[in-house]
Amino acid sequence: MGSNSSSMNNIPNAEQLVQETGFSAAHILRLYERFQFLDKDDTGQLRPEDFGAVRELAMNPIGDRIISAFFSPGQETLDFASFVRVLAHFRPADSNRTRDGAQPEPANSSMRKLKFAFQLYDQDRDGKISRAELLQVLRAMLGMQVTEEQLQSIAERAIQEADFDQDDAISFDEFRKSLEKVNIDHKMSIRFLS
Amino acid sequence: MAALWTLSVLLSACLLWPVCLALTPPAELPQPHNLPPLLGFNSSDGSPSVDLPMALRVFSVDYHHVQAPFEIVLWIMLASLAKLGFHWSGRVPAVFPESCLLIMVGLLVGGVIYGVRHSAPPTLSADAFFLFLLPPIVLDAGYFLPGKLFFENLGTILWYAVLGTLWNVLGIGLSLYGVCLLAQSSLGDVSLLHCLLFGSLIAAVDPVAVLSVFQEMHVNEQLHILVFGESLLNDAVTVVLYKLFESFLRLPSVSGLDVLLGGCRVVVVGLGGLFVGLFFGLLAALTSRFTSRAQVIAPLFVFLYSYLSYLTSEMLHLSGIMAIVTCAVTMKQYVEANVSERSNTSIQYFLKMWSSVSETLIFIFLGVSTIQDVHMWSWPFVCSTLLLCLAWRATGVLLLTAVVNKLRRNTVTFRDQFIIAYGGLRGAICFSLVFLIDDFPKKRLFITTTIVVILFTVFVQGMTIKPLVELLDVKRKKRALPTVSEEIHSRLIDHLLAGIEDVVGYWGQHYWKDRFEQFNRKYLRRFLIREDHQAPSSILRVYQELERREQRRDEEAPPIEDPRSHSRPLLPEEMDSIRRILSRNLQNFNKKTPAYSRHTLHQDTTMDKTRKPLYRHHSLGERYKYNTITHWPQGEDGEFNGSHRVRAGLCRSHTVCAVGPRPVLQDSSAPAASAQRGPADPKSAATKEDQVFPQNQAPVGGEAPKKQLSFVLENEKQP
Repeated sequence: MGSNSSSMNNIPNAEQLVQETGFSAAHILRLYERFQFLDKDDTGQLRPEDFGAVRELAMNPIGDRIISAFFSPGQETLDFASFVRVLAHFRPADSNRTRDGAQPEPANSSMRKLKFAFQLYDQDRDGKISRAELLQVLRAMLGMQVTEEQLQSIAERAIQEADFDQDDAISFDEFRKSLEKVNIDHKMSIRFLS
Repeated sequence: MAALWTLSVLLSACLLWPVCLALTPPAELPQPHNLPPLLGFNSSDGSPSVDLPMALRVFSVDYHHVQAPFEIVLWIMLASLAKLGFHWSGRVPAVFPESCLLIMVGLLVGGVIYGVRHSAPPTLSADAFFLFLLPPIVLDAGYFLPGKLFFENLGTILWYAVLGTLWNVLGIGLSLYGVCLLAQSSLGDVSLLHCLLFGSLIAAVDPVAVLSVFQEMHVNEQLHILVFGESLLNDAVTVVLYKLFESFLRLPSVSGLDVLLGGCRVVVVGLGGLFVGLFFGLLAALTSRFTSRAQVIAPLFVFLYSYLSYLTSEMLHLSGIMAIVTCAVTMKQYVEANVSERSNTSIQYFLKMWSSVSETLIFIFLGVSTIQDVHMWSWPFVCSTLLLCLAWRATGVLLLTAVVNKLRRNTVTFRDQFIIAYGGLRGAICFSLVFLIDDFPKKRLFITTTIVVILFTVFVQGMTIKPLVELLDVKRKKRALPTVSEEIHSRLIDHLLAGIEDVVGYWGQHYWKDRFEQFNRKYLRRFLIREDHQAPSSILRVYQELERREQRRDEEAPPIEDPRSHSRPLLPEEMDSIRRILSRNLQNFNKKTPAYSRHTLHQDTTMDKTRKPLYRHHSLGERYKYNTITHWPQGEDGEFNGSHRVRAGLCRSHTVCAVGPRPVLQDSSAPAASAQRGPADPKSAATKEDQVFPQNQAPVGGEAPKKQLSFVLENEKQP
């Protein structure tokens, strides 16, 4: 782990991050240590190659998509604030959040979580999961277990089930609808980040 | 219908009359007849004929020769007839749980026997119970355990099992001692250790009783798994505490070190049972890999290895229940992938049958054993035991849940807590344990009290739990209807979460699940499953199951061509079965079992599906048949002797490449198949034939030619 003295003073914009993301100070600290661990050459920014240090991520079928999800489109580097903001999506939802109209929707709401997952499919950011994009993900996940024909059929079936407006692609609403029975907050939360 | 039932019971009671008349005291085994038959001289004792030397007997009765097996069979017959009668008796099952009725039958029979012989009827010996009657039930429970749900809730289950049991044992034991001190006159000679010993055996929630009551109630799966898992796992704690207190009783004095050692023993017993079970489970999985040439005995290995694991851990004084459950859970996925479909069905049916018989026997014997010669009764002891059992369990559950709810995502609601507390039934395990106590003046009292507690919990709590559940409106099992897209997206989210956990460096639940799956896939499955049976992922299974359902549906009703509807909503029965499959994550092509059903195994209506043609679903709504019968070398359509000749295996090598006009079939009997295809197909219905050849040029995203697939893919191999 990093050798700097871990205190909140070293972290830029610490309070703002706490406010924005809802993480506690202790968590921000912990995430900062992790950030420093990943940031091998100490530049204060992460690049996609730095994520390669996480060995298991390489074995994850959608590992590369996850990594690219951290980076905004067009950006090559990731600073700590963005890192934390992305991870804020995976905080368990607060049960007693006061509904304030002025507050923007927090990062860890179900909608934002779903949006994050949706964007894993939708790499070209056109708001729809096309058949090709679905196939790519299926290919990555099912790997060598199925043939191309079977993949096609499965993708076909999935689109058929979800596609209500018959445009042969899955929009975000259709995506959300197909997952309505799943407890997204449960499934997409990492408990220790609460 | 009730008349029919009573008739059958009386009939079996009558069967026992001649048995009773000739019964020797239950402790003795009949001497095997080893006198060589002298010339023409039939030397049987029970013969009513006159002993004529040197004369042939035309007819004689030799009861002692067959006494032991005869009696056993009669008991089993009685149990099964009672069970039959119970299910035929109209409205009775709605009110009484089966266990109650069986105990009542046992009481009846016990009374009859007592009346005939004026001495105690045969009791349930602890050895017979632990060695013969309990293993089938636990094996059945372990084999059909919903694995995923169990492991997700494992922390909570362990929390309840270990801490809850400790709480109950100490609480009941100490307060009973207090009662004994108060009622010094009648109960003065019951020491603290005796009370603790009694507490340890009476606090144990019994899986048999719990299962038999819960299976008639449909509570949500999480609650079911909590109560059931707890009843399974608290065996380790119970047995250890029981043996601990028993050995303390024999020691001259008890020191703190002994208590500490006792604590270590709990861990050793639990983990030891686990490892024994793992070992035998893996062995069984490995053995099943090689059973392709002798399929008929494949189910036997399942039972042998499980029983062996139980016996081994009993021999080592470890927890037999944990061993057998672990063994079943471990070997299940590999065995199911390795053995043929029929063997799978046999295994399931036998498991259900044996566990059913065992359970029935246990309850009947409980009833019979209640009729005893000597009962010692003590109002304060019995009543306080009853009250304390309820009270301590309730407070224990409340306290533990308050703590565990902070750590869980799905909180255990108050209603769930009530069911957990109220559903803590005691059963035959307590009964057997109490008989094993070393003799001391008040042992009879303990036995009586145990019987009363068991009867009370089974009858009163068992009968009222259902109305109370309805009263409290426990969240019923949600009947979710997952779809393929849901499965895909859920899978994606799982991977995503695992990835994020890796990034963050947190070893969470997903991390371990993913790691285990990787390990499983890379090493275990390769090693333990036959090469061509390596299971596909669950997405593929869902898809295949969908195909199968469609095919079956279309078999029953002629399909209505509706070219408009591309997104046809899936039927409830399709979704129902998919839900079940998804909740299991195994390669179960033919199963239709609900999430957990104790006593029933759904009819395997899909067994004959391989006879029927399999449809492939074309995306443009076209349907065409693909006749699997053409695969068979004998070329006969529909005429096969039940041996499924369809080539087993999955995926890769078996797809039909549809680019060309004539699909090439994967089997070696391809020529026969291709010759059969087309309009001359003898088995096809008329409606489909014009659509045998999909338009290769149909531009559906440019991937239309690849629609033909063969998902016939059953597990049947050529024998």
